[in-house]
Amino acid sequence: MSSLLLSHFTATSALGRGLAATLSALEAGRTGLAPCRFETVTLDTCVGEVAGLDTLPLPPTLAEFECRNNRLAFLGLSQDGFSAAVENSAARWGRDRVAVFVGTSTSGILETELAYRRRDPLSGALPGDFRYAGAHNTFSLAAFVQRALRLQGPAVVISSACSSSAKVFASARRAITAGIVDAAVVGGVDSLCLTTLYGFHSLQLVARAPCRPFDRERDGISIGEAAAFALLERPRTAPAADALLLLGTGESSDAHHMSSPPPDGRGARAAMLQALAAAALQPAAIDYINLHGTGTPSNDEAEARAVASVLGPELPASSTKGATGHTLGAAGALEAVICALALRHGLLPGGINTRAVDPGLGVHYLLGNRRAKLRRVMSNSFGFGGSNCSLIFGRHG
Amino acid sequence: MSAPHTLGAFVEGIGLRGPGLPDWPAGARMLRGMDPWTVAPTVIPALQCLPSAERRRTGITVRLALSVGLEALAQAGADAATLPAVFTSSGGDGQNCHEICEVLTSVDRQLSPTRFHNSVHNAASGYWGIATGATRASNALCAHDASFAAGLLEAVTQVVVDNTPVLLVAYDAAYPEPMRTVRPIPDAFAVALLLAPEVTARSLARLALCLSEEPATVLGDAGLEQLRGAIPAARSLPLLLQLASLTAAHLRLDYLAQRRLAVEVSPCR
Repeated sequence: MSSLLLSHFTATSALGRGLAATLSALEAGRTGLAPCRFETVTLDTCVGEVAGLDTLPLPPTLAEFECRNNRLAFLGLSQDGFSAAVENSAARWGRDRVAVFVGTSTSGILETELAYRRRDPLSGALPGDFRYAGAHNTFSLAAFVQRALRLQGPAVVISSACSSSAKVFASARRAITAGIVDAAVVGGVDSLCLTTLYGFHSLQLVARAPCRPFDRERDGISIGEAAAFALLERPRTAPAADALLLLGTGESSDAHHMSSPPPDGRGARAAMLQALAAAALQPAAIDYINLHGTGTPSNDEAEARAVASVLGPELPASSTKGATGHTLGAAGALEAVICALALRHGLLPGGINTRAVDPGLGVHYLLGNRRAKLRRVMSNSFGFGGSNCSLIFGRHG
Repeated sequence: MSAPHTLGAFVEGIGLRGPGLPDWPAGARMLRGMDPWTVAPTVIPALQCLPSAERRRTGITVRLALSVGLEALAQAGADAATLPAVFTSSGGDGQNCHEICEVLTSVDRQLSPTRFHNSVHNAASGYWGIATGATRASNALCAHDASFAAGLLEAVTQVVVDNTPVLLVAYDAAYPEPMRTVRPIPDAFAVALLLAPEVTARSLARLALCLSEEPATVLGDAGLEQLRGAIPAARSLPLLLQLASLTAAHLRLDYLAQRRLAVEVSPCR
């Protein structure tokens, strides 16, 4: 595939608002996870909550999209000059030539959960202020982002659970390659809600203490929330020496089980191999991999087998979910942005919270930060339903 | 604005299920006016292709989506295991979502693990893989009322760029109350198209897509036009009508607020 320019990007998570806060938290090895005080949730777990969302209403012109998820999206779009960069891109290519491909797993479901508490006691009807299209519907995020950025190209939500906002890079790559558009806003936004907190709890996949990916005593995930966006563009001229590029994408399906991967990690392996083939790179060309690394015993084991078999046991690897929590449908985009920061700043972020790496996993898991000039990095994202996606980013120079 | 960009793919197989529309052969005869069409509740078949443990866990949206996908592949004699797929739905499994929201208002909030993993928008895509062994890329899209056109655009783009056949499945089902009042989808509707990059002996028609600002094509039959407007997946009906009669046509499908998806249909036989 031809490379695309990753011309601008931003992330907001429990680590903070924007790139500077994200980078400084990663450099300091600081976690954004804290004991869960969210809403009325009584689960004994830690979450990666973005502070202040309840006091950040949307502008009146966007009020029809009011919900926690779109408030988080708006906060994310407002960081690092991202909206201005999109505006420049729209001026360059035309508003109808910039697409929106964004991922979310639960969109504005929190508002629906709360509305169900306020149903009419006699008729059972939802309250009159309930917004289906603007908040509940999965597409609400893409409609909101398109409206907030005043774009007029194709817009869609990809909702494949925890691979959602990795797969948006693959779809955007195809749309730009096909010539439908010249640029795309890609990203992912997922926010805390009761469905995912109690749902993962029902599957006994939630850790009590902050999650410890790849630890020999790992015992589940910590749920987080995030908004992460990137602007992908067709290169107009030879990219600058320090330009960051999307080099390859790979997608596969496990065809195995709805909520657990095959133990041999064959679906993950297929996605990684496809991304390498798309980028025309040998495995040895990858300098670092940001693992999906959720912290559940079986997920990490399946991914480790795939990583060891494709990239070998020596490749520096880590999961940043100990810092951010598992941000579900936003994880792919958030970790793509972390990969871009890694390339730009020569930082291989160590996996925090993890104390003793599981020796059975056969992966070179970084416990502390390392500095090195990176040229090519991979990011893995896997979701329920056996949906796998691997991305490769690199520097032009 | 730049010149419209055209993308093409060949239709190799079709699956259909909707109110009064039991499958593609019978539905095609009704759309052509050869048989009468009357509204009747959509019949959702049982699935024999899933292991019994998995079959018990699936709701009607999964059975709906898989049934049309299997019909399209059977018609084309294609093997699901080798095909990428694009699933698109406006609301996913509304019954499951409703039941989760009800449980979350209870004191103990004890969700069923199966209900939770079925709540993902890509549940149909996941069960499709389990049922057929499909290990290629599988997507799960949502674009509210534009979900069919968004799925067709995604699938044809993948056909063209990755030079591979792709299965498109668009499906929607009714919500129960109280969601039904705020999203009044009357019944289930699903359509599947197997799309290929090259013409084959099985090709029914070539589709050429581009974005348009012209208004959407409406249907002459008042009942079908009402169905088109009522269920997002039924926004495909103007295209299905032309595929049923295999006549050359230029039509426009509902898409986003300022956009339609224009489709040029050129029959292969």
